[in-house]
Amino acid sequence: MSALTSPLRPKRSKLLTGVMVLYLLYTIVPLAWLLLSTTKTQDDLLSTPGLWFGKSFAFFSNIKDTLTYNDGIFLRWLGNTVLYVVVGAGGATLLATAAGYGLAKYKFAGRRAVFAVLLGAVAVPGTALAVPTFLMFSNLGLTNTVWAIIIPSLVSPFGLYLMWVYATDAVPGELLEAARIDGAGEVRVFFTVALRLLAPGIVTTLLFAMVSTWNNYFLPLIMLSKPNLYPLTVGLTQWSNQATGVGARPIYNLVVTGSLLTIVPLVVAFLLLQRFWQSGLSAGSVK
Amino acid sequence: MAESVAHQHVARAGATGRRRRVFKDGKGWLFVGPFLAVFALTFLAPIGYAIYLSLYRNQAFFGGTVFVGLDNYTQALQDPKFWEAFARVAVFLVVQVPVMLVLALLAALAIDSARLHAAGFFRIVIFLPYAVPGVVAVLMWGYIYGDNFGLAANLNDLLGTTAIQPLSSSWMLPSIANIVTWEFVGYNMLIFYSALRTVPGELYEAAAIDGAGTFRTILAVKLPALRGAIVIATIFSIIGSFQLFNEPNILRTLAPNVITTYYTPNMYAYNLSFAGQQFNYSATIAIVMGVITAVIAYVVQLRGSREAL
Amino acid sequence: MKSQWRRVRQLVVAGTALTALAVVAACGGGSSNDSASGGTTTGSADAVDAALKAGGEITYWSWTPSAQAQVTAFMKQYPNVKVNYVNAGTGNDHYTKLQNAIKAGSGAPDVAQIEYQALPQFALPGSLVDLNQFGFSQYESAYTASTWGAVHAGSGLFGLPQDSGPMALFYNKEVFDKYGIAVPKTWDEYVAAAKKLHAANPKSYITNDSGDAGFTTSMIWQAGGQPFKTDGKNVTINLQDDGSKKWTGMWNQLVQGGLVSNIPGWTDEWFKALGDGTIATLPTGAWMPGVMESSVKAGAGKWAVAPMPTYDGQPATAENGGSTESVIKQSKNPALAAAFVRWLNHDEGVKPFLASGGFPATTADLKDPAFVDKASAYFGGQKINQVLTSAAGQVVKGWSYLPYELYANSIYGDTVGKAYQSKSDLNAGLTAWQEALVKYGNEQGFQVNG
Repeated sequence: MSALTSPLRPKRSKLLTGVMVLYLLYTIVPLAWLLLSTTKTQDDLLSTPGLWFGKSFAFFSNIKDTLTYNDGIFLRWLGNTVLYVVVGAGGATLLATAAGYGLAKYKFAGRRAVFAVLLGAVAVPGTALAVPTFLMFSNLGLTNTVWAIIIPSLVSPFGLYLMWVYATDAVPGELLEAARIDGAGEVRVFFTVALRLLAPGIVTTLLFAMVSTWNNYFLPLIMLSKPNLYPLTVGLTQWSNQATGVGARPIYNLVVTGSLLTIVPLVVAFLLLQRFWQSGLSAGSVK
Repeated sequence: MAESVAHQHVARAGATGRRRRVFKDGKGWLFVGPFLAVFALTFLAPIGYAIYLSLYRNQAFFGGTVFVGLDNYTQALQDPKFWEAFARVAVFLVVQVPVMLVLALLAALAIDSARLHAAGFFRIVIFLPYAVPGVVAVLMWGYIYGDNFGLAANLNDLLGTTAIQPLSSSWMLPSIANIVTWEFVGYNMLIFYSALRTVPGELYEAAAIDGAGTFRTILAVKLPALRGAIVIATIFSIIGSFQLFNEPNILRTLAPNVITTYYTPNMYAYNLSFAGQQFNYSATIAIVMGVITAVIAYVVQLRGSREAL
Repeated sequence: MKSQWRRVRQLVVAGTALTALAVVAACGGGSSNDSASGGTTTGSADAVDAALKAGGEITYWSWTPSAQAQVTAFMKQYPNVKVNYVNAGTGNDHYTKLQNAIKAGSGAPDVAQIEYQALPQFALPGSLVDLNQFGFSQYESAYTASTWGAVHAGSGLFGLPQDSGPMALFYNKEVFDKYGIAVPKTWDEYVAAAKKLHAANPKSYITNDSGDAGFTTSMIWQAGGQPFKTDGKNVTINLQDDGSKKWTGMWNQLVQGGLVSNIPGWTDEWFKALGDGTIATLPTGAWMPGVMESSVKAGAGKWAVAPMPTYDGQPATAENGGSTESVIKQSKNPALAAAFVRWLNHDEGVKPFLASGGFPATTADLKDPAFVDKASAYFGGQKINQVLTSAAGQVVKGWSYLPYELYANSIYGDTVGKAYQSKSDLNAGLTAWQEALVKYGNEQGFQVNG
């Protein structure tokens, strides 16, 4: 886990761990509420204290109900979200990595302008752009289709910045030179040399893109009016709103359980990707 | 982002020094092109349309659409609601962003330091808040901030007071800052952590040989390596603060009188558009806000990269 | 190698051109105000029955819990017709999508649920189909006077009433008995009860009010106020008329005296408070029993229903909530859509709706002894519908909403909210609200007096 640090293996510090545990508690309290709430029935949610268990342990029945409510639409929403994330976040990472690499390692006319335009565009609040985007997509016939979600998720300006900075620092020009001299084309150089060095940055970008696409709410809400295309966020909000108004039938227990189930794939992705933070070191390559 | 202007080809593999070699031709477009194409469709086109909209005024019921030139902009710059919202996010930014980034930096340094027990566990748990979907946020923070049945109420009872009222107007901004910090420390920590992971081992070896202890290593090796990441994280956080929307919106159902429809500039633009059907003025507010944010972010970026050399 | 990047550069240029095209297309399509891309909407009473026979496919947007059951029953009865039921969101989410689709000129459903206070906002710009052309005015006698008025905007008829919400006083009998409070018949008695309750138990409140525009407008309605008058392009707003002042004179005592809880409605804490006696009464619409049965299980057996308190002791109430279904102009088959609306709210669709807990707008159901004399287990065996159906007949006449009521309600917290927060005079808040509404109306092309 820490092979890259100094040959003198530092001792594990209990003090440091203790301080971090304090911060951890701060992080965990709301998460504990979430976890405990998934063990309660709807009635228990309203009548028992938040940070302890309810009168009965309904964790497994909640999961079952969440997966089967309304003919199992939760699974459909889950499938939609996976599709949007795999194509959207995957595509976003690829585009951002390539573009960051290009901006960092190539000098061409308009480079500064690209940066300025990017910054300017990201600085405009997205919610006010929702209606123009909707009208545009409507004219292109894309609303109420999966493309309305996927195409906007392909652009991750933050991912681009991240990759730009990492590429500047982590990919030495000499390596690229060496590969070119050996006769590789630009794309070959990118895939064989740069990608490996950029791995930690790519993993971070991918993770962020995954989380933000997975939790994307506002744009799907505007673009979609067919419930069987909804991602989980919009679907769960619909369940949550069942608690309001005439004929209300709250199912908060399914909402919290659904939210927990929503987080699990992200945690799994995190755990799977984290070993890539260990690799990608350019140790020794310059010598 | 510093540009060096080396033109010579390296004669053989393994040149000395760490000067950056860049190619002075348009091959960069090969890599940047795909991103820019989608970017143009999803960002530039709507912004262009928004600019177009901001030059008109539409009367939703009678009278149709009228060209008004820069009238919307003059109105926006004199709009007390806009400036109240702007002042609010500016104050928020100045306080919350440094606190959050310092926490994230300390966490990243701690996790990278190899002195922590179970660093991997800390890493994922601190990241988790960022992954929690917004739909539960109302329920979750409604419980924590609830001063009738929630955690705040329990704390009040414990301390025998009624002073803790997170949803009152004097506490509201700190309450929002708390939510944002909770959500994003993990996010920023990961940016710093992955930057630290690219530091080559030789630098640590060299520092150890020079006799540097923990803190000197941090100052001399880790922090300089983090320079770029810190600049990015600062810029993201500034932009995020100016665009504050989700968290106040979450608390709006719980405190509808404290959080107005113009609590932040982004909320103002949103409500103008969706509740009031005033798309033109909404676009104007968005553009004005965008310009101010871009200018400030650009200044930060320039300052950050100048020192990077 | 050079051709490689040149080709890419061509792609980028093409992409930009496509973008520019998209922008132009969006500008062209999006800036038009009305969006009648559906068929022409002249028809007759026969057209509706003919459309049912001919069959077809329509889309229906609604968030009522019974909608799916109704759609299934309808399709069973008319196998020729396919109805796509979509829950596009609740309340404002639904209206936002509807407004966006109308503005874009495509994507709107054939039939959409629209609450009474939102109806003018869609009807006046011409987004809804006038059902008079299908002879629907013949159904007037089937509905209560107040709901029939609620589905009209100007002279047009834009839906058939689905349900109604005449207000009554829901009170926690257990709490009243505990503190020896009599059921108030007048508002003066109500205020006195509020004081007595709060003095006896400072954690208990007579009701909650954190600023709900729908509640305020209904209360002004009950007090005889008519703050909003619309005549074509002319709008008059007076939130300080006699009725408004009557209400604020009474309600100010509660707000300024700290006698109402500030828990916002429809939140977790609100459901809890209703269950444990923290909130002792709810002056609200007749649809509340269904909500309490499913959401406030802790209150079972403790609550009861009484007529709304009034200012002079004579029966009077207002409507709070309720919706209709309307046909959107974009619809390609308005006759079939109208047929579906008729089935939903006039014919066989009414029964499933009532079964799911809705409160009827149809006079026949309101008089039906099976309905009226039903004893409610939740309300301790009380025959609550006797109170509620009488209330339906006691609604004060002459009320109308603003043509932009949805917007008005959205800025209520901005303006009147300050009065609630600082526990100060509601009149000042109402005046601020009025100023904002006048400004908005003028900006949208109305001539607003106020």
